[in-house]
Amino acid sequence: MSTSTQQPSAGPDTSAPSQGALGGHEKQAPWVPWAVFGAAAVLALAIGLLTSWNIVLFVIYTVVLGTLGTYLLSRVTEGPRKAVDRLVTCLVVSAFGIAMVPLVSLVYEVIRRGAERFDAEFFSASLQGVIGPGGGAYHALMGTLIITLLTTLISVPIGLMTAIYLVEYGTGRLKRSITFFIDVMTGIPSIVAGLFAYALFVLIFGPGVRLGIMGAVALSVLMIPVVVRSAEEVLKLVPNELREAAYALGVPKWRTILKVVIPTAIAGLATGVTLAIARVIGETAPLLITVGITNALNFNAFDGRMATLPVYAYYQLTQPGVPPQDAIDRAWTAALVLIMLVMGLNVVARLISRLFAPKTSR
Amino acid sequence: MAKRIDVSDLDIYYGNFKAVEGVNLSIEPRSITALIGPSGCGKSTFLRALNRMHEVIPGARVEGKVVIEGQDLYGSDVDPVDVRRQIGMVFQRPNPFPTMSIYDNVAAGLRLNAKKTSKSDMDDLVERSLKGANLWNEVKDRLNRPGSGLSGGQQQRLCIARAIAVQPEVLLMDEPCSALDPISTLAVEDLMMELKEQFTIVIVTHNMQQAARVSETTGFFNLNGVGQPGRLIEYNPTEKIFSNPDEKATEDYISGRFG
Repeated sequence: MSTSTQQPSAGPDTSAPSQGALGGHEKQAPWVPWAVFGAAAVLALAIGLLTSWNIVLFVIYTVVLGTLGTYLLSRVTEGPRKAVDRLVTCLVVSAFGIAMVPLVSLVYEVIRRGAERFDAEFFSASLQGVIGPGGGAYHALMGTLIITLLTTLISVPIGLMTAIYLVEYGTGRLKRSITFFIDVMTGIPSIVAGLFAYALFVLIFGPGVRLGIMGAVALSVLMIPVVVRSAEEVLKLVPNELREAAYALGVPKWRTILKVVIPTAIAGLATGVTLAIARVIGETAPLLITVGITNALNFNAFDGRMATLPVYAYYQLTQPGVPPQDAIDRAWTAALVLIMLVMGLNVVARLISRLFAPKTSR
Repeated sequence: MAKRIDVSDLDIYYGNFKAVEGVNLSIEPRSITALIGPSGCGKSTFLRALNRMHEVIPGARVEGKVVIEGQDLYGSDVDPVDVRRQIGMVFQRPNPFPTMSIYDNVAAGLRLNAKKTSKSDMDDLVERSLKGANLWNEVKDRLNRPGSGLSGGQQQRLCIARAIAVQPEVLLMDEPCSALDPISTLAVEDLMMELKEQFTIVIVTHNMQQAARVSETTGFFNLNGVGQPGRLIEYNPTEKIFSNPDEKATEDYISGRFG
């Protein structure tokens, strides 16, 4: 519904410069496209009432009729060039509307259903001994934070150093093969990363092992290539002149990298790392295999199963128990918290890139 | 402080490509030596070979000798980093460090090398260097502002201050005024005239009036054709180069009949 009424909003803007010196046609008033879409909506309503009422069909009819009407009217009054402009404007805005539908609907649905259990107990209690209502995801939230922190601790040094090698030192075949394997790693399905970590730890601890650190290793496999890629791009952006300026002062290469290149690129590096964290924080499959699930609090990533938000949501939804509604509500709230974490990280990334941007830094 | 530079039979390569061939010259201490010539003839390459900066480019290497006061720059036991500490460089485009304030930019040479310097010594050094670069009066009230906020000419003088702050023996300047307006150029030229009291200065320039104005000695580089190595055609006192050069090619170039 909302998408259809948004439709002509771009129309008035584009009509502003329509009347060039050569234009022999009347300029359309800004309200005309709106009126056309209003008429289309009335028509669609009539069609809907005459046949069977359906909100989706109503929106589709409105958009199609409104677009057609705008085009034809503009063609008659403004000429073909302007008409094509309006037609394309309508199409682009429609495409934008279609792209927004899943996002808006998802956020709306998660907030609506997650708000049910978005309370203090959810953030302070675990699921230990909980049957039916109540309980929370404190243990899962902590598990997610601990495992993500460990993942970051593993991935960021490896990723940054790899990127520094690739940009500052690497040459020839080794550099090309590292770049190639980083590309391959970017495409690894997350379940494969999970199986890799599981197989690795089974070799050491025997079958059936479940540890938080295993999850961190699995997630690192996914996170390292993301960190390398983003850090590499950012380091490449540091002008060569700055490196040369430092060399000309008699600064050794490693100090130049440490004191000139990295500080210059720090905003981009921090943003890249933050976005890489956001990328792995919601991973489910590898954690399902490596970390498992538990109802109790476990702060020790080196001892036994841990709960994590995505896996928590998965189990609450697939094995809700009786009555199911309480667990399903908890699953939705876990999903909401996860989305908020990712959104929060994205906001942090933007803040970092603004705060550390070179020119305003001091 | 200033030192004499002797170059003998210097060939400079990029990979297999010979960029400069057979350069022989001596640069006097406490003087300004200008290098002129058409683009691509190897002036900048030669200049960068004087403080081993060209090694930064992968595949670049040198054959021949560069001797500074008896010390061979390309000796096997010489660390290029030490060479660059003795021989400073100013680049074509001003390149202050964007993350640092004006103060930190001047202090960068010492700070980045982790030399322990007390706050008052550092203040002195920064003030002396900025005064040396004729920039002190313009920036003394805003030393903590970013260096990238200065105008182009000021940035270039900031870079000169940064280069002289590490107290090098020689100052190499690679077209230091080509990105500057005439007034800033004049300021930098005046500065060079003052600096030559202390330093040996080598400057690459495309501006022949500038070479004539500031330098005592001028070297003319040329190349025979595309893909050929650049050569030092003539190396003589500036007065002679611009009034009565030995070589026909030099006369053609400075009188604009080049081709």
